[in-house]
Amino acid sequence: MSVHTYSDRRRPASLSYKLSEINWRLVVLITLIACAGFMMLYSAAGGSFSPWAERQMVRFVIGFFILVAVACVDLRVWMGLAYPAYAFSLLLLVAVEVAGRVGLGAQRWIELGPLALQPSELMKIALVLALARYLHGLVPGEVSKPLRLFVPLAMIAVPVMLVLMQPNLGTATLLALCGALLLFLAGLSWYWIAPTLSAVALAVPLAWQFALHDYQKQRVMTFLDPHTDALGAGWNITQAKIALGSGGIIGKGFLLGTQSRLNFLPEKETDFIFTMIGEEFGFLGSMVLLGMFALVLYYGIQIAMKARSQFGRLLAMGITVNFFLYIMINGLMVMGLIPVVGIPMPLISYGGSAMMTVMFGFGLLMSVHVHRGVAVPKRSSGMI
Amino acid sequence: MKRLRRRSAPKVAKDKGRYASFTRRTLLLSGGMTAVFGVLAGRLYQLQIVDGDSYLTQAEDNRISLRLLAPPRGRILDRFGVALAGSRRNYRVLVVPEQTRGGVAAAYDALAKVIPLNERVRGRVLKDAAGRKSFMPVLVADNLSWDDFARLNLELPYLPGVQPDVGETRDYPYADELSHVLGYVAAVSPEEKAQNAEAGDQLLDVPGFRMGKRGVEKVFDKEIRGHAGASRVEVNAYGRVIRELERKPGQVGDDVYLTIDQELQSFMYQRLKDDSAGAAVMDVETGDLLALVSTPGFDPNAFNVGLTPDQWGALTESDHKPLINKPLAGFYPPGSTFKTVTALTALDAGAITPDTIFHCSGQFSLGSHAFHCWKKGGHGAVNLRQGLKASCDCYFYQVAMKLGIDALQAGARRLGLGAPTGIEIPGERGGFIPDRYWKQATFKEPWQQGETLIAGIGQGYILATPLQLCVLAARLASGMQVTPHLVHSLGTQKQPRPPVEPIGFSPEALAAVREAMVAVANEPGGTAFAWRIIDPAFAMAGKTGTAQVRVISEEERRSGIRSNESLPWKLRDHGLFIGFAPTDKPRYACAVVIEHGGLNAHPQVQLARDALTLAQKRDILGRPPAYPVNSADASL
Repeated sequence: MSVHTYSDRRRPASLSYKLSEINWRLVVLITLIACAGFMMLYSAAGGSFSPWAERQMVRFVIGFFILVAVACVDLRVWMGLAYPAYAFSLLLLVAVEVAGRVGLGAQRWIELGPLALQPSELMKIALVLALARYLHGLVPGEVSKPLRLFVPLAMIAVPVMLVLMQPNLGTATLLALCGALLLFLAGLSWYWIAPTLSAVALAVPLAWQFALHDYQKQRVMTFLDPHTDALGAGWNITQAKIALGSGGIIGKGFLLGTQSRLNFLPEKETDFIFTMIGEEFGFLGSMVLLGMFALVLYYGIQIAMKARSQFGRLLAMGITVNFFLYIMINGLMVMGLIPVVGIPMPLISYGGSAMMTVMFGFGLLMSVHVHRGVAVPKRSSGMI
Repeated sequence: MKRLRRRSAPKVAKDKGRYASFTRRTLLLSGGMTAVFGVLAGRLYQLQIVDGDSYLTQAEDNRISLRLLAPPRGRILDRFGVALAGSRRNYRVLVVPEQTRGGVAAAYDALAKVIPLNERVRGRVLKDAAGRKSFMPVLVADNLSWDDFARLNLELPYLPGVQPDVGETRDYPYADELSHVLGYVAAVSPEEKAQNAEAGDQLLDVPGFRMGKRGVEKVFDKEIRGHAGASRVEVNAYGRVIRELERKPGQVGDDVYLTIDQELQSFMYQRLKDDSAGAAVMDVETGDLLALVSTPGFDPNAFNVGLTPDQWGALTESDHKPLINKPLAGFYPPGSTFKTVTALTALDAGAITPDTIFHCSGQFSLGSHAFHCWKKGGHGAVNLRQGLKASCDCYFYQVAMKLGIDALQAGARRLGLGAPTGIEIPGERGGFIPDRYWKQATFKEPWQQGETLIAGIGQGYILATPLQLCVLAARLASGMQVTPHLVHSLGTQKQPRPPVEPIGFSPEALAAVREAMVAVANEPGGTAFAWRIIDPAFAMAGKTGTAQVRVISEEERRSGIRSNESLPWKLRDHGLFIGFAPTDKPRYACAVVIEHGGLNAHPQVQLARDALTLAQKRDILGRPPAYPVNSADASL
């Protein structure tokens, strides 16, 4: 086998070589998790591929090709695309405010021909790209300089505000946390971090008073005491806990979850799909899934640590953190530890936009892995 | 090596520091992620392992719903196994809102063109439909005629959402002939539900459950209704039944076998149905009632279905009082039928012998007051036999005076008057036999001798029910202390019967009274001679009676008492008769009371004659009763 020294930015490697460089163990792991999702969607439909499982499989296959394609594109190209992608996503977010249609009580979708797009999903990737690009050129000391810091803060704040206006508290939280963690990884001084955390702690009661919509307040209230509205908004939480808890150690068995099959579980195919796993496969099944997720995160961190460029590291960590935040928010939500916000379980929940975002993200992660030896210049080269 | 070569260390010092910082913070973040996963795992441990059982119970509660199944109600049968109360098919029509095209209102209107429905029902159906889940059927109408039901089924393809249904409902094929014996079933009232809360029979909570409200249906309701079955069903979050997990069919209610002979009952009811009357036929040895008639009756089927206000008004406002169970709760002065009591008690006490003669001049004077005989000219010299045969009042005035009220009332009580007979069905009243203590306590006056005289001919304060008069006739005929019974067995269990004791009157006294009663209905001059049973094998003995319901003034007495036929119905005398047959070895006793029926044609005697004849003729057929026999009884 020929050995390429792939540090030379002027000589792109062959496609077959890049394909061989993909971390296939991670790809197999992702596929296994997605298969668990298909199983649960099959079960949620009462033992039928229609309407969810078959469409989700098609999406995964498309997503799979996106992953491979994105992985093979040079990291420097992605760096070059970072700002345009961010600008495009921001434009769509504004457009959604103007022309978006209301779905599930919130303006989150935009129609692009036959495609219904969720710009907030795009923004999750674009924000990571843009922040990684901006922070790529800075050393930790520079990151903490107020003038330098203003730009990434604005890059985070603007989309977060737009998403909040939709309103979509879950995605806004996810974006804000993801951006903040990237700043943290880029070396933001603790002198910034400590006061900010204090300020956030102070801001919570103020936000409650002035910034939250009634439905958002109600979610929090019913979360704190689901039984006050056991048949209304508290229903989700109560039934989700019953579904999880009744699974016990080994679960009721595949296709035998009574809570989901008898429609006691709302949104069982989307945000609350984890409760089905808990019900049908029990504590053991849930732990296996959590273990697979943890392994994905481990691979992601490993890829970030091995990347030569700061852009690659931050991009890989951004994607990994993003994936982690999905799992954390959804997991805590379905287990009744935080209020209900609309965040799906990645790779498992039914939904096109989220699947594409996640697979695109893994593509970028894989691109960092494939191009881990590439030195990325401070400024974008002419590769695009 | 296929791996891409990575520089062993960043060349630039700047990147070196940056990489170190990145590594530190990544590790820190990894620690945070691990902590979050720890929280998730811990929470799962708490929910699924620590509290798993509790949540499993909640999940089961969620999905499993217990539905009660009402078992078929036991039948009520007569002594030959003829069903007096059973089940019939109830043709119903339901609407399932979610299956209709264009809503419940449209489906209803389409249905109303096929079968007759009124506007009141429409409002109820729409209200019911609005208050329920859309897959829950709403009852539109029940008890449809077969014609309507057939038409409905024919039109069904054009009536989406309309669902024909065949249920079961209580049926009384003999309708009003047995209304007071059987009673009826109707929906459970809130009070009954509250009473039952302690007993805890879940059956009463079954929608549409009917319970016994009167008569046999009420007394034996617990046995007849059986035990609830249950169906455990799995329901989804909307309450729709997904499948049945388990079904316990419940236990069918017990059949009740009555001592009634439906053919005799029907015969007597049909003869009396235009009158207001009470009548009974009883086996003189066992007390088994072969007929217990109250006219007019009511249709118990109508109570089950639900009465219209008009029907209810007709029942409550009729002067024939169809809701009163006359043989058990109708109070009548026994009149001359009571003379048998006076005669038997006096003979037994030795106050008279059968040959003791009293004189009748048409009236009997006590102090300043004159007591009249019904016959203006009087009967002359009268002994016991003539006294009963001609029903001479003066004779019995003198017998009563000699006997005294204390002995008379004691004798009446021994013969079954003045207290409830203890028949199985509720609503019985005790009649009334006066005594000194009651008079003193009630009127603060001592008992007057004149009142003893009046009591001797069954007038005054004395009141008796037709059933008591039947018991009287049976006791005279058998000399035994028989009590009436209506129920022979419950399921296969024979109802316990206490042994019948002799009544305690001397056989000679009983024989003398019986002989006189034979004369009443078989010898010329007897008050019932005209309506005797001519076949000597079936011959009956008896005693007629007339009870005045108005005061006859002295003036009317002088100018001639008006005949009953010339009086308005309400003012006519009651006509009474007690009797037994055959005369040589009595088998059946009979009592008939027709309100305001004291006519010259003596319809009450005619009915007793025909009823006793029919009973004996059916007896001769030798058909054994159809009572079920259980092994315990068979071995006896």
